[in-house]
Amino acid sequence: MSYQFDFLALLPYWREFALGVWLTLELSAIATVLGFVFGTLCAIGRSGGSPAVKWAIAAYVEVIRNTPLLVQIFLVYFGIATLGVHLSANFAAVAALVVNVTAYTCEIVRAGIESIHKAQLEAAECLGLSRAQTYWHVILRPAVERVYPALTSQYVLLMLASSITSQISAEELTAVANRIQSDTFRSFETYIVVGVLYILLSMVVRIGFGLFGLLVFVRRRKLGTSL
Amino acid sequence: MSAVVRLSDVHKRFGAVTVLNGVSFEVGRGEVAAVIGQSGSGKSTALRCIDALERIEQGTIEVCGHAVHDPKLDRRALRCDVGIVFQSYNLFPHLTAEQNIMLAPTCVKSLSKADARTLARDVLARVGLAEKADHYPEQLSGGQQQRVAIARSLAMQPKLMLFDEVTSALDPQLTGEVLKVMEDLARGGMTMILVTHEMSFARKVASKIIYMHKGTVWETGPGAIIDAPQTLELRKFVGGEM
Amino acid sequence: MPTFTLVHLEYLSWAALWTIGLSVIAFIGGGILGFGVAMARIAPSRVLRTAAMVYIQLVQGTPLLILLFLIYFGVAILGFNQVPAILAASLGLTIYASGFLAEIWRGCIQSVPKTQWEAAECLALTRWQRMTRVILPQAIRIATPPTVGFMVQIVKNTSLASVVGFIELAQAGKIINTSIYEPFTIFVIVAIFYFLICFPLSTWSRSLERKLNVSGR
Repeated sequence: MSYQFDFLALLPYWREFALGVWLTLELSAIATVLGFVFGTLCAIGRSGGSPAVKWAIAAYVEVIRNTPLLVQIFLVYFGIATLGVHLSANFAAVAALVVNVTAYTCEIVRAGIESIHKAQLEAAECLGLSRAQTYWHVILRPAVERVYPALTSQYVLLMLASSITSQISAEELTAVANRIQSDTFRSFETYIVVGVLYILLSMVVRIGFGLFGLLVFVRRRKLGTSL
Repeated sequence: MSAVVRLSDVHKRFGAVTVLNGVSFEVGRGEVAAVIGQSGSGKSTALRCIDALERIEQGTIEVCGHAVHDPKLDRRALRCDVGIVFQSYNLFPHLTAEQNIMLAPTCVKSLSKADARTLARDVLARVGLAEKADHYPEQLSGGQQQRVAIARSLAMQPKLMLFDEVTSALDPQLTGEVLKVMEDLARGGMTMILVTHEMSFARKVASKIIYMHKGTVWETGPGAIIDAPQTLELRKFVGGEM
Repeated sequence: MPTFTLVHLEYLSWAALWTIGLSVIAFIGGGILGFGVAMARIAPSRVLRTAAMVYIQLVQGTPLLILLFLIYFGVAILGFNQVPAILAASLGLTIYASGFLAEIWRGCIQSVPKTQWEAAECLALTRWQRMTRVILPQAIRIATPPTVGFMVQIVKNTSLASVVGFIELAQAGKIINTSIYEPFTIFVIVAIFYFLICFPLSTWSRSLERKLNVSGR
């Protein structure tokens, strides 16, 4: 128990840590945006599509939610390679994260859609809105607004889970850390630094979503309701 | 003379709002005191202060020999002497009527299960619900739930019973059964303080009326003051309620 | 070129048992620790409450992978040269589970109306009696569906225990893959194993939640 902590040994690597942070943010941002778009589309299909579509989406969501992300990543990275298509580690990482977070987004947004009161639909119909208009104004926007906190938590979890893509050597913060610790032999210190960076990142992401929510959901901003 | 409850110059604020602004009154052994007044007059808060559910900023409260205003108050000893019944019954939904009643005697007074059950049957009979012992609260009407809540307090054999607007959440036809239980209690010599809107009940049962207005005791006297108010405010209040 | 055979399937079945075993350890350990943290989170003492909150924030803000690395290298620093993989994995997953279960349970405990606390207090019950006899029995009903739901997360996250050298389903899949290189087949089968463990839990959690909603809280 005479271990000498030496964080100074890591100082020369600050650029790489910074790069890792940036790569993780980039990776999670892409996965979040794509996952939100696809997930919302799935939620629409799940609540209003044909029976076959509904069933297919439900099956997809169940499969994804009941298997580990790590296995999904392996399947995308190694599995697709055996089909003769070679993906870069980073592309496979983004693809796997999108496949994963789409399913979770679908469930969350669907819950939001189901929470919209039927009377709202009738009111919109009576005002002569088209079906698409009704969907956009009366269902989707309020639904997303309602589940925005749940989505925020899910996307923070996604950012943290993106560390798992280091297992196929995708470039992000954890992979950077793995490299630095093998260079410096300062494993414990390296992972402490990275742990702190992730905690800061999750705070930043949370705050970012909060501000974005204020920007998008005007009513919340005007009434001062917290997101 | 030994008053069971003595409040003197009690002050209580919630943030910037002063709810009790120097409240003083006494209730003697065997007395039934009815606290009346508009909503916001501080009557429920005064009652909650007596059972140490609110902390007061100034003044003294003595209840059955306990100095309630003292920060070193033994709350559990106080609660063994004082029973309280709430407007919203607050029965424990996961326990039957009988289990609700048995809980405190077994936990606090270390009664055996068998003794506690006998006690529970006894108090349930007193409120006229002997046959509902095994019912869960959600299976009972509001009036029945409130009577179980009264029985639950009685099982601790308190020296003082507090009633906080116990009939306000009830339909008129259910109010009667609860008031009758309270009247029986009063006749049995229980010391009681009740916050109530039931003027005719207060006049009939109470030996003392405490009219609160703007966080103070505005007027006090025997039941008859309801018929002959001394102050303009009480006259107006009685006129509005009757 | 060797292919996927029954021997491999048998190996994966053994690994699946390790996945289940590790999940059970993590759930029990995380449950005990998490319950303590949840209690601290609502304790009268401000210091305890803050400490519990910081603990939860730290655990929830760190990826499990990093947590496992920290334990793996941290225990070595403490002077134990060879940490048994099962110990490191159990410790990491226990801490992870405790951080999330504590927060789930705190929410459930606090969703029991304040008036229930008050009524119990007025019957002269001690704080401990109020908690165990009045509040927890009600909170457990509310807590069961999300707790079962979280078990699914635990099972899935045991797949990361391979980084500390623990051989469970995902790691077993990797090991087989290095010898026969049929990643698609292998990981589909691995995924099926996980699904067979997780899906019943998910379904159970949902049906519990429906029942709770029907009976009203």
